[in-house]
Amino acid sequence: MQEQEGAALPPRPATPLDGGGEPVSPGPGAPPARPAARRRGGHPLARFLVRRILMAVLLAWGITLVTFVLTNLVPGDPVAANLGQRALGDPAIVAQWRADHGLDKPLWEQYLLHLQGLTHGDLGTSQQSHRPVSEDLAEFVPATLELAGAAILVSLVLGVAFGVVAALRRDRLPDHLLRVLSLIGISVPTFWLALVAFYVFFYRLQITPGSGRVDPALGAAPGVTGLQTVDALLAGRWDIFVSAAGHLITPALVLALYTIGLLTRFTRSAVLEVLGQDYVRAARAKGLPGRVILFRYVLRSALVPIITVAGLAFGSLLSGTVLVEAIFAWPGVGQYAYKSATTLDLPAVMGVGLVVGIVYLVINLIVDVLYGIIDPRVRLQ
Amino acid sequence: MTLDITGLKVTIGGKEILRGVDLSLEAGRVHGLAGESGSGKTMTGLAVLGLLPHGARVSGGISLGGRDLLALSPKELNQVRGGEVAMVFQDPATSLHPMLTIGRQLTEHMRHHLRLGKAEAKARAVDLLTKVRIPGAEEAYGRFPHQFSGGMRQRIAIAVALACSPKVLIADEPTTALDVTVQAGVLRLLRGLCDELGLAVLLVTHDLGVMSAVADEVSVMKDGLVVETGPRARVLREPSHPYTRALLDSLPDHQEPAQDGTGRDEPGEGER
Repeated sequence: MQEQEGAALPPRPATPLDGGGEPVSPGPGAPPARPAARRRGGHPLARFLVRRILMAVLLAWGITLVTFVLTNLVPGDPVAANLGQRALGDPAIVAQWRADHGLDKPLWEQYLLHLQGLTHGDLGTSQQSHRPVSEDLAEFVPATLELAGAAILVSLVLGVAFGVVAALRRDRLPDHLLRVLSLIGISVPTFWLALVAFYVFFYRLQITPGSGRVDPALGAAPGVTGLQTVDALLAGRWDIFVSAAGHLITPALVLALYTIGLLTRFTRSAVLEVLGQDYVRAARAKGLPGRVILFRYVLRSALVPIITVAGLAFGSLLSGTVLVEAIFAWPGVGQYAYKSATTLDLPAVMGVGLVVGIVYLVINLIVDVLYGIIDPRVRLQ
Repeated sequence: MTLDITGLKVTIGGKEILRGVDLSLEAGRVHGLAGESGSGKTMTGLAVLGLLPHGARVSGGISLGGRDLLALSPKELNQVRGGEVAMVFQDPATSLHPMLTIGRQLTEHMRHHLRLGKAEAKARAVDLLTKVRIPGAEEAYGRFPHQFSGGMRQRIAIAVALACSPKVLIADEPTTALDVTVQAGVLRLLRGLCDELGLAVLLVTHDLGVMSAVADEVSVMKDGLVVETGPRARVLREPSHPYTRALLDSLPDHQEPAQDGTGRDEPGEGER
């Protein structure tokens, strides 16, 4: 009497929100749902973390290999780039220079030496600055991280907020306005915007400080992080913080505009998708207040695609910094990378490649861990 | 408390979905609402909770114990939702939030509607899980929906619906998405809860087998209208409307609808 067509379990519509976590639905006869993974020791989230970190270490080694190989494959002779015309004419000098920089050894030996150096933080010596590459990077990387970090924070806050508003006011005025804004953000080239912003706010209106990270009269904030705003706060130097934040705001906003547009679009579609889910209707049927449904039921699911895009966007932010740094004279790793690439300063190029690769790795690790925190199906696999 | 639907009309985008539906639910009775897809069964259920799709126009009357639900402010309506009228949806794989624990989904509206503390809500939630016969209720409280089978999930969804002691339960095709082997168990649970708690249940289904197993009254819908309504035995044995007769004739092998109970034993291992 119950053999009707509806009896079979209909396939669940796949949504991008499912992420990688296939919902496990043991049919009849399957063993009872496992009591998480607790049995096998350790909190599931901790085990998930350990797995991801081990993967990251392996990938970091891969990055050293790739940066090394790519750097040595580029056409161009570092000798020619670094020695003058007269010195190049003298074979003894050339040979001496090659020996000094380890270029006379076979490639595999160079790589092993490179790895050996890496284990004690030795990235070689820059041929341009004649300083250890690690020192150069320690100076320039925090500046870029501060710029890109500020930009991604601003993008996340504004992009997600705009996207949610657009979704909730779908096809009404706020949605249309935000659509135009986000399209502008996505289509305006960053370098052009940087030039315009610099001209308008610094040169014409004179409401923002010009180039650099902080007013030279104040000096840099003493501190360990290398992030001027954070160091200034830690040291309790309000004057430096205000100056550093003032220097940071225009380039960060310029850099963020593209990502804000991107995240607005993505958040809007992710939220709309979740709003149509059964569990949101079920939450409404429970009589929960609108804000509880929005923050706990809707945003939680929508966050999965949002953080995916934000992680990828951070990558494009980092490459965007090269141009923004050049225009705002921001002493970051983008400018350093440009200079070392044009002079074939191989140790510096490798150092930058390694650092950028590791930054990507860390971002991906953070995104993975966030997946695990947000979606139990990922960590309980 | 009774729920009376009178002359309910719903129009979405110029199309008439419901054309004057009359239904009456009584405490302690299961009212089966049958009809083919698109006949407006589900819309009737959603209209009671004010959950119709955007842009729907509603007229007519839905009165819960003398109060007109259609005239409530959004805030008052939220008090009714979950608190006085609750709903169980078709597919428990999608109606429970995949990223929130069972406990959270069980206690959230309890704490909101009944203003319970955390510990009280938890104790009540564990009681409810036991009542819907989830094995290891205490442990199930901290788990996630994907760790349960379909039948278990629907039982959990029923527990969620009952959390704030509603008077009326609208069950929209509650067994359609389940394996045949576990359908009977869920139906028997619904019937038992209806008797025990004095719930007025609206059981929406296209499955006359399900209907004959648990309903006290049966209404048959077609094209947005109720074409026949009455006690189960009469409607299913001596249908007066030709459409009801056609529905009955379409049952495989002209099965005689069962007289009582679910006609099936509680499934054992399969559902756990």
